[in-house]
Amino acid sequence: MRAPVLTFTDHGIYCPAGDFYIDPWRPVSRALITHGHSDHARPGMGSYLATDAALPIIRHRLGEITAEGIPYGETRRIGGASVSFHPAGHIPGSAQIRVEVAGEVWVASGDYKVLPDGLSEAFEPVPCHSFITESTFGLPVFRWPDQTEVAREMTAWWAANAAAGLTTFLGAYSLGKAQRLLRMLEPIGPILTHGAVEASNAVLRAQGYDLLETLPVTPDLDVKAHPGALVLAPPSALGSQWARRFGKGSTGFASGWMRLRGVRRRRSVDRGFVVSDHADWDDLHQAIKATGAENIYVTHGYTDIFTRHLIDQGYNAQVVPTQFGETEEEPA
Amino acid sequence: MKRFSALFSAIDQSTKTTVKTKALAEFFATAPDEDKLWTIALFSGRRPKRAVTTTQLREWAAEVAGIPLWLLEESYPIVGDLAETIALILPEATQTSDHSLSHWINTLHALHDIPAEDRKAQILAAWDQLDPTERFLFNKLITGGFRIGVSRKLMTRALAQATGQDEAELAHKLMGDWTPATTTYASLIEADDPAAAQSRPYPFYLAHQLEDAPENLGAPSDWQAEWKWDGIRGQLIIRDEHHLWSRGEELITDRFPEFARARDFLPKGTVLDGEIVTWDGTAPMPFSTLQPRITRKTVPKKLLKEAPVILLAYDLLEHQGQDIRNQPLEQRRAALETLLDAMSSDAPVRASPAITFDSWENLKALRQTSREMRAEGLMLKRKASPYLAGRKKGDWWKWKLDPLTIDAVMIYAQQGHGRRANLFTDFTFAVWKGNELVPFTKAYSGLTDKEFAQITAWVRRNTQARFGPVRQVTPEHVFEIAFEGIQASPRHKSGIALRFPRMARWRQDKPVQEANTLDDLHAMLATYG
Ligand SMILES: [Zn+2]
Ligand SMILES: [Zn+2]
Repeated sequence: MRAPVLTFTDHGIYCPAGDFYIDPWRPVSRALITHGHSDHARPGMGSYLATDAALPIIRHRLGEITAEGIPYGETRRIGGASVSFHPAGHIPGSAQIRVEVAGEVWVASGDYKVLPDGLSEAFEPVPCHSFITESTFGLPVFRWPDQTEVAREMTAWWAANAAAGLTTFLGAYSLGKAQRLLRMLEPIGPILTHGAVEASNAVLRAQGYDLLETLPVTPDLDVKAHPGALVLAPPSALGSQWARRFGKGSTGFASGWMRLRGVRRRRSVDRGFVVSDHADWDDLHQAIKATGAENIYVTHGYTDIFTRHLIDQGYNAQVVPTQFGETEEEPA
Repeated sequence: MKRFSALFSAIDQSTKTTVKTKALAEFFATAPDEDKLWTIALFSGRRPKRAVTTTQLREWAAEVAGIPLWLLEESYPIVGDLAETIALILPEATQTSDHSLSHWINTLHALHDIPAEDRKAQILAAWDQLDPTERFLFNKLITGGFRIGVSRKLMTRALAQATGQDEAELAHKLMGDWTPATTTYASLIEADDPAAAQSRPYPFYLAHQLEDAPENLGAPSDWQAEWKWDGIRGQLIIRDEHHLWSRGEELITDRFPEFARARDFLPKGTVLDGEIVTWDGTAPMPFSTLQPRITRKTVPKKLLKEAPVILLAYDLLEHQGQDIRNQPLEQRRAALETLLDAMSSDAPVRASPAITFDSWENLKALRQTSREMRAEGLMLKRKASPYLAGRKKGDWWKWKLDPLTIDAVMIYAQQGHGRRANLFTDFTFAVWKGNELVPFTKAYSGLTDKEFAQITAWVRRNTQARFGPVRQVTPEHVFEIAFEGIQASPRHKSGIALRFPRMARWRQDKPVQEANTLDDLHAMLATYG
């Protein structure tokens, strides 16, 4: 029997025909990277290949690396394999990687979101025989509410806080989610940003992504000069010494996990906003169906339950153990 | 439901007590009486009589959502709440409605009188006209357990703010076995109803765990110590009739018929606070002998004989028909002793001894003997203290013995639910028997969120096998397991069962070989069982 197009090794997803890895978690000589999140783009690889749009962030995060960019949709020959990158809609620059060997097509999705967010390149279904999907939110309880409505609620909350003389603290992961919020919010006041958020902003703005105006929080920033401000920061910074200088406020958090009341309470935030960079239950199914694939490999999240459901639906599905979705920073 | 739903959201969306109290007070000032009464009932643990089973609810919800039942069942433990799970999986409602909270509760009550097959249609119709939050609340009305971050104390304070009544007075009015079917808002809150007052217990005064050294409490002469018994807290009321209340405000008179005789010994107008324990004639028996008495609603003769109970009384709240809670403990104690000392030795009530001591050193030594006394430690009470309502710091302290501990190896892990849905939090632990690891307990609390996140990443990488939701992991990590008691249990492979096991510490310094053995556990069983 012919070797499969992609195999699952303890270093990551491997293509024998092209001798490369996709999003490996241990050092390898050649890595194809779906996107810049730290559980997918790790340091120590001999060479990196990612979309032109993803590369600036990857370089910014990993420092001196040997890397090459590729436009979406362009096919490149690597050994016996043809590879191309297609928008995954997860964060700016994110891609699904299509690998074809002797007419057989596999797609590794990385992380993806079907819903357009007005910032990331919109998700495109890629027909294939085998599809490696994520299942971060692979349960029927995860269904995303209308994002226009969420945006309206978020802005209304900010306005109410400002009227009550409170600072608005909005927690969001620094790459992807934070910038998406900078498209969703209505700029009713100054937006102050934590260094980690601003670093991503700067890289993306330089690439031409259009974000709301922000004011980086520096040690000498006069906080009192910006009443009614919204402070956008990674969740870990809220409730820390860093946040104290802003005085009394109301804290919100934007994540798919906010769909669950229990998780919202554990975070002990005042408001949870359901904004996710991952596909919800319905969209996972729709995306998988759109690929036309028969074989589904499931990574990230509620893999066991999601896989069982796919099998019920007639797919040839199985769980693949990976180290995706395991870092502190994994945005959801 | 919109007003109640807005109240819920205001409470749920804030972590600040002042905000919650204000939202509740506003609700109590403006909502219709019937809704107010039901809100008080729900927030004090009462609920509408259940008209449909949770099994039916699950089946109907899965059907409406178009998912197989097993998928709902798998999602439920992750969400941690059935009412919420159902609210989350249902498709969007096609209609809206503006009925009151009471309307929906009455709808649920009316289900009792219609044929079973018509109930489904009513529930589905309700789901189809409620928004997501209203649906969650509607489901909560059916499944019960309205714990949404409103303590009874907070609710009472808000009610006091809204009505201008005294908070302690209100707390007392809310005690007892009323339901919205047996009273009205006007008679419960606004009027004084002497009949209801007959069985009404006083709010229990609850102690905090002593964290500091006892020396910081001041002079030993200002304090009285008592054994902290391992039974259940109870309030015995002797008025025209007798009533026995548990701390959870459950009327448990019928479960403990022994106390009917208390009326022969004690005058009307007496209310005692104490510990219900099983009694061998001279000392309390282990807690495990009390357990069957707690769960049985009616008591067979044999059990009554094997596990007779008494009340070890430690406080007198009502004396000669007078509420004496404001008197200092010293005076209440004197009155209690006068009342009980005269009683015959076979009476079902005895005074729990007051321990006087001249130095904290001596008391520390005495505390070390608690287990021999079948006590969990000591209680410390300030002699000058009044009997307060609820958990108040300062005058009453629990000074429990340090828990027993054992070092064990983690061998299975399972994902948590609710607050910790995305973490591995439920672990099974084992001790050595030769070269074999024998599981002996589960534990799921005691670590910080950060530690749970760390162990979660580890579990994902070190899964050896999966059994449904349970993962077998490499035996590599040692945890110190703390527990309050140990007893023999033929049902368990290890032969023992622990009381209140939890993770006291993650022993990252300890290699697995140095975990304890099954022999160590059995030695503890011989000493403390
Ligand atoms: Zn990602
Ligand atoms: Zn990921």
